[in-house]
This record gives sequence, structure tokens and C-alpha cells, in this order.
Amino acid sequence: MFTIYKIYVIIPDIGRTNITTRGDYVIKKEMIAMLLAGGQGSRLGVLTAKVAKPAVSFGGKYRIIDFPLSNCINSGVDTVGVLTQYQPLRLNTHIGIGMPWDLDRNIGGVTVLPPYEKSSNSEWYTGTANAIYQNLDYIDTYNPDYVLILSGDHIYKMDYEVMLDFHKENHADATIAVMPVPMEEASRFGIMITDENNQITEFEEKPEHPRSNLASMGIYIFSWPILRNALIQLSEQQSCDFGKHIIPYCHENGNRLFAFEFNGYWKDVGTLGSYWEANMELIDIIPEFNLYEEFWKIYTKSDAVPPQYISAESKIERSIISGGSEIYGDVYNSVIGSGVTIGKGTVVRDSIIMKNTHIGENCTVEKAIIAEEVEVSDGVVLGIGEDIPNKIQPKIYSFGLVTIGENSYIPPNIKVGKNTAISGSTTPDDYRNGVLESGETLVKAGDRK
Amino acid sequence: MRAIGIVLAGGSNHRMRELSNQRAVAAMPVAGSYRGIDFALSNMSNSHIQRVAVLTQYNARSLNEHLSSSKWWDFGRKQGGLYLFTPTITSENSSWYRGTADSIYQNLDWLKNSHEPYVVLASGDAVYKMDYNKVLEYHIDKKADITVVCKDIPAGTDVSRFGVVRVDDEGRIMEFEEKPVETKDSVISCGIYVIRRRQLIELIEKCAQEDRYDFVRDILIRYKNLKRIYAYKTTDYWNSISSVESYYATNMDFLKADVRKYFFKTYPDVYSKVLDLPPAKYNPGADVKNSLVSSGCIVNGTVENSVLFKKVFVGNNCVIKNSIILNEVYIGDNTYIENCIVESRDTIRANSRYVGENGIKIVVEKNERYVL
Repeated sequence: MFTIYKIYVIIPDIGRTNITTRGDYVIKKEMIAMLLAGGQGSRLGVLTAKVAKPAVSFGGKYRIIDFPLSNCINSGVDTVGVLTQYQPLRLNTHIGIGMPWDLDRNIGGVTVLPPYEKSSNSEWYTGTANAIYQNLDYIDTYNPDYVLILSGDHIYKMDYEVMLDFHKENHADATIAVMPVPMEEASRFGIMITDENNQITEFEEKPEHPRSNLASMGIYIFSWPILRNALIQLSEQQSCDFGKHIIPYCHENGNRLFAFEFNGYWKDVGTLGSYWEANMELIDIIPEFNLYEEFWKIYTKSDAVPPQYISAESKIERSIISGGSEIYGDVYNSVIGSGVTIGKGTVVRDSIIMKNTHIGENCTVEKAIIAEEVEVSDGVVLGIGEDIPNKIQPKIYSFGLVTIGENSYIPPNIKVGKNTAISGSTTPDDYRNGVLESGETLVKAGDRK
Repeated sequence: MRAIGIVLAGGSNHRMRELSNQRAVAAMPVAGSYRGIDFALSNMSNSHIQRVAVLTQYNARSLNEHLSSSKWWDFGRKQGGLYLFTPTITSENSSWYRGTADSIYQNLDWLKNSHEPYVVLASGDAVYKMDYNKVLEYHIDKKADITVVCKDIPAGTDVSRFGVVRVDDEGRIMEFEEKPVETKDSVISCGIYVIRRRQLIELIEKCAQEDRYDFVRDILIRYKNLKRIYAYKTTDYWNSISSVESYYATNMDFLKADVRKYFFKTYPDVYSKVLDLPPAKYNPGADVKNSLVSSGCIVNGTVENSVLFKKVFVGNNCVIKNSIILNEVYIGDNTYIENCIVESRDTIRANSRYVGENGIKIVVEKNERYVL
């Protein structure tokens, strides 16, 4: 924590290509991070219809990518390449030049790396490792000893420097961060089997009968020459992936793989249920994941400066509310983003309401996730009726949640059931008798006017 | 751009009582998330004035910290920037700023090295939104030498801390009285001036030669017949925060929906330094009514008709009424606070009671705090 940033300058190493020379020295960073932020996150349903998962709001004023980015700067990693592909606009504007995370640097800092056209062939990023392979030049520019691979969809606080020390101590070629999970859940993860020195002897992808409970967190440190070689050797591999191809390749070649056990808070917010749960956990009196600690701050691009206003008729308990919101109704057990308006007589319970959304008067909102810039008209009731599974995508829209995509409009006095999804500018005609039954999906093209 | 800006933020003020022991008035926190000077600076930025000097002298540490980066107000461009001028010892001069005119005189080189034809002078202790270009257009239109922004005030208001003007039908200022005890007039100066840069340099230099140091007394009042001084009337919200009573009233104004709409939701925005604070948190037992709450607050008790600034902690069973709690105050359990302004970084012990009888009480409690 609060480390000296590792900018190294050395005499040129003639063997390397793509080095950046400055007079008689070259730029060198001991470790740089590559953040995979290109995934769609289709299990978040309408929430990721227009934005990549890392750019989805979290905890009121944050976005999911703020957590790995803040971890980077707090760990002293000041060079981060962010690999984008799916719907990158929101992500690009959020990251900008990296000012909120102190990643606007003369040398290094944050760089957004979308797929690009090449003289011989051009392709999208077909897999996690393929995305890194296509950016070999970027990594070589910084001449690193180690490369940290991160994914942009986890909520956690972690000191990557401690992991790097572990990597160095063990003279490892690759270190995989793992965390113990309950044995009965282990079959959902990539499982690492280790010896007494934490060296990985075997691994299994989503095993039916797990032999260990150490689940891979999708965070890797590689010694760069090892990774570089593996990427080049596997460059012809279709959809080259870290878990499926690179790690097995390294293992087969007898590289030293180690598991770094992490015991803090870590949450994959890949599904609507886990996303909702992780948000709700922030509300506890002393949350396991505490945003109020001075140590290890989470940074974000704040666009709302003003304070929030709570009216004389409101009642607010067990909630977190972000700046610039105006609350005239009652809010219980909810996470409210910045610039949100909640009208008089409205009751919001167990819900997540994101930035700049407007909830009208006399509404009832129960267990809903409402994305950014949504307009919910007066008298709307969300989250009533029976808990019937969603008819089209029961795996995505479950947990009894109402999910509303960004820029949607809901006309007055509409009633909406559970396990439902709404997106787009809806009209009263879209609802039979003014009701969207539990389990229905209503996705319309076009934004709110 | 046609103008440069100067923000006068130097003064101390005995009307602020204990509050000014800590900081210059321009650095006073306002409306939950802002500081006094944010309004003048945001107005400058939003009026496309890109070169702005802030003249500070009294207790400027807090202000300097707030202005440590100019990016929040979108200054710090290739052309222009934010300049912070505190008095320095030079070969010709080794005194403090002896007045507003003197503070400009001591930084006259900056004024001379600029090339913009006009100067907007503003003070850092008022809460308002203004497009200075409109004042400038009026200034050019009237062929004025100096334009003073003025405001009508209701009859019977205490004017003893304002400059009071009498204006003829055309808008020209006939009479200018500084801080009168009593007056028949009901137009006050807002302390915002537009003047041609060369004119200002000439007046300031002449003033200095005569050992005069105050812009209002020695320039505006002395030259009122010689120069064409015009009043630009504003009808928008404007309030000075230079006394405890007006500071309290201005903060409480933000509990009104129209004032909040005007400052928070209407273009253009008011900017401030952004701290990385989490959203405000309401725990079981929180009961907040008609109040402003800023980022980083944790509320466990009752808060009514009050303004909580950033990072305030309100303990269990606390009752806070009609009060202003400044930044980073920790309030222990079972405390009762009414009609008070609680100074920044105070630590209020549990089971305390502070009530402002006859007016506003200022609470300064520098108890030791153990931070985990």
C-alpha cells in the first residue's frame, strides 16, 4: 500500500524488440496489468444490452471496473491496458485518461486497447488469451518482468503486490489467485489441486466431483517471457483462453504454477442474483466489503457534486444513497445512485436504482434493478404477484427480480410481476390490462424520448 | 476570451466569529458539498474566462488545499489557468496586502502581461450563478468605465455590511456608501465589477502613488463623479456568506426546492473539488427529514431541517435540528444539537447537548479522536 511506483530505467537489453528508448536507457515497468473488459456479460440480461459488464453501475456511484482499477493503483501498478470489445462507449468515457484513479501518467497510466486492423489479418478478440496475444506490442513497450491478468467483473479489494511477492518467493512462472469456496459449490469453478508448497499439481474445469475447494479467481501473474512464449506457441489456437489453453500449456511444459490463496471479500457479479446480493451486502451496518475505510479507497469518476436532499415526508433506513439525489418517498434496504429522483408517496424496498433515474409519485418498487436514465411514471407497481420463472430466459431473470434496462420508459399505473425484464420506451398498449405478468419479458427497440 | 478574472479572497471577517479562526471566508464550506469560492470560480469558468487569479492572504491554508488543482473548474488549459497569489516579499515591497486595491497593485505585472481587454473582479464569499458576459455586454453598451453588479434588497434589511448605491434612471451610480449604519437606499453592491484592464491598471497605479489601498473607498467612491460608473442589476439568487447569520441563512436556503433546482439542476453547473467519498449511508435508526446530506456521511440518528457536510458521522439516538454540521464531524451517541453550526473535524462526545438559545451557536470541540 502506498508503494513507490516501480519505474525502472536500465541500460538497453539488445535482445528485445519494441522497446522504447529514451537516450541511452529504456522504459521498464516491473509489472503491468492487462484488464479484460471486453465481455458482454449476457447473464446480466437487459442491464448489459448497451454497455459492457465492467461499465455497469455498482454500489450507487461506482462501476464494476472501478474495483480492479483502484486495486491496481493502490497496489502500485501504474500501467494498465484495458482490453475492450463489446459496447465500449460507456467504458471509454468512464476511463478517459484515467484521472480518477491517478492513472494519468507521463509514462504508463491507463490505455484502452480495442481490437484493431492489421496489415495481414484482422480479427476480433476471440478469447481472453487471444486478446493479450493481439497486444504483445503494447506489453513489450514497457519491457515488464511480470504481467498481471485481471478481469473487469469482480468486486474485491486485493493487494497485487503481495501476490507478486508470493510469485517471486516461489520462483513461479505463473501464479493463480484462488479462494476457498464451499465444497458443494466447487463444481461451478475452475478448481486447483495443490501440494503442501502451494504448487499446482493438477486442475479441473468445473469438475463433477471436485477434489479440492480452491477456485480460480481469474487473476494471474505470469513471468512475461513464459507467457509471451505460450501466447506465440498457441497463436493458432481458436478462441485462445487462459483457463482452457494457456494454463494447461504451461503445465504440460513443466512450468512452475502456484496458487495464491486469497481470503478476503471477493464476489463475481456475473448473474443478476449475485449482482443484487453484492449490492445489498454494502448496506449492512459494518459490511464485509466496506467502502468507508480510509485504507484502500475505491476511486471512480464522480459526475455529481451536489449533496442529496431528503424531504420532510421521507423515511430512509438501511440504504446507501449517492450525491445529487432528491428523495421525497420512503426508501428501505436499497442502493440508490446519483441524481436519482424518488417521488412523494413512493416506497422503494430491496432495490437497486442507478444514476439519473426518475421514479414518479405513489409508486411501489419491490426487489427491482432499475438501470440508468429510466423514467418510471406515477403509480407504477413493480414486483408483485407470484414467483413464476421467466418464460424466455429462466436462467437469467430469476431470483424474483424485476429488471429494467437503461433509457426505458414505463407509463403510469402499470403493474409488473416478478422475474420480468423490461427495456425500451414502452407504451400502455404493450401491457395487457396495464399488467406485465410474472415471468414475462418486454423488450422494445428504441430509447425513451 | 475578452476578459480575465480576479477573485478577491483575502479577507478575514470578525462577523464570522469563531468560524474564521480556521480559514478565509472564501474557503467556508457551503451547501453540503461546496466552498464559497466555488461559485465565483465556476461562474468564471462557465463565462469562458480562462485566466483567473485568486488573491489570498488571511489564513489561506484551507483555501490553498481546496485550490491545489485547477482541474475541477476546468482551468489549467494550455491557454490560461488558475493563479494563486499570496503576498510575497520583493525588492520594492515587503508588506502584506493592505487592502483590495493594494493586493491588485502587488500583482500588477500579471495584469500587465495579460492581453485580454477586460477584467472581471469578484469576491469569493458570495453564493450565486452569473454569466459575466452579460455584465460585460452591458458595460460595453453603456460605455461605462466601471460596472458594478447590484441587487435590490427588501426595505429594512440590515445593510451595514454592504456597499449601498443610489442609481439614476439611466443606471449610472450617483452615490456610493460603504457599509453605512443607516440608509434610505435599497440597492446594494454585490462586489462584482467589470472594468477595462488598462483603466484598472491606471487607477490602481494612481491609487498606490497616493498611498491608498482600498478598491471601494479609494477608487469607486472617490471617482464616482469623474468616471462613468454603472450599476448592472441582477434579480437572480445572490447571497453573501460573510456573517454567521447570512452564512446560516444561505445554507438553509438550499433546503428550498427552487434554490436547489437553480443551483444543482439548472445549466450551468457549479463545480467543486471532488473527493473520493462513498455514498451516504443510512443505518437502522436513521430518521432524516428535510435535510441535505453529503457523500461519505453515516447516519444512525435523527436529523431534521439541517445540512450535513461531507463525511459526518451521526451516532445512535442523536437528535440534530436546524443545524449545520461541517465536514468530517463525528457526533457521539445520544447527543442533542439544535440551532448550531458545528465546526469542521470536531469530535462531539457522546451524551452532549448544544443548543443555540437566541441565535446561532458555534460549536468548536477539538476533542481527541481515535481513528481506526
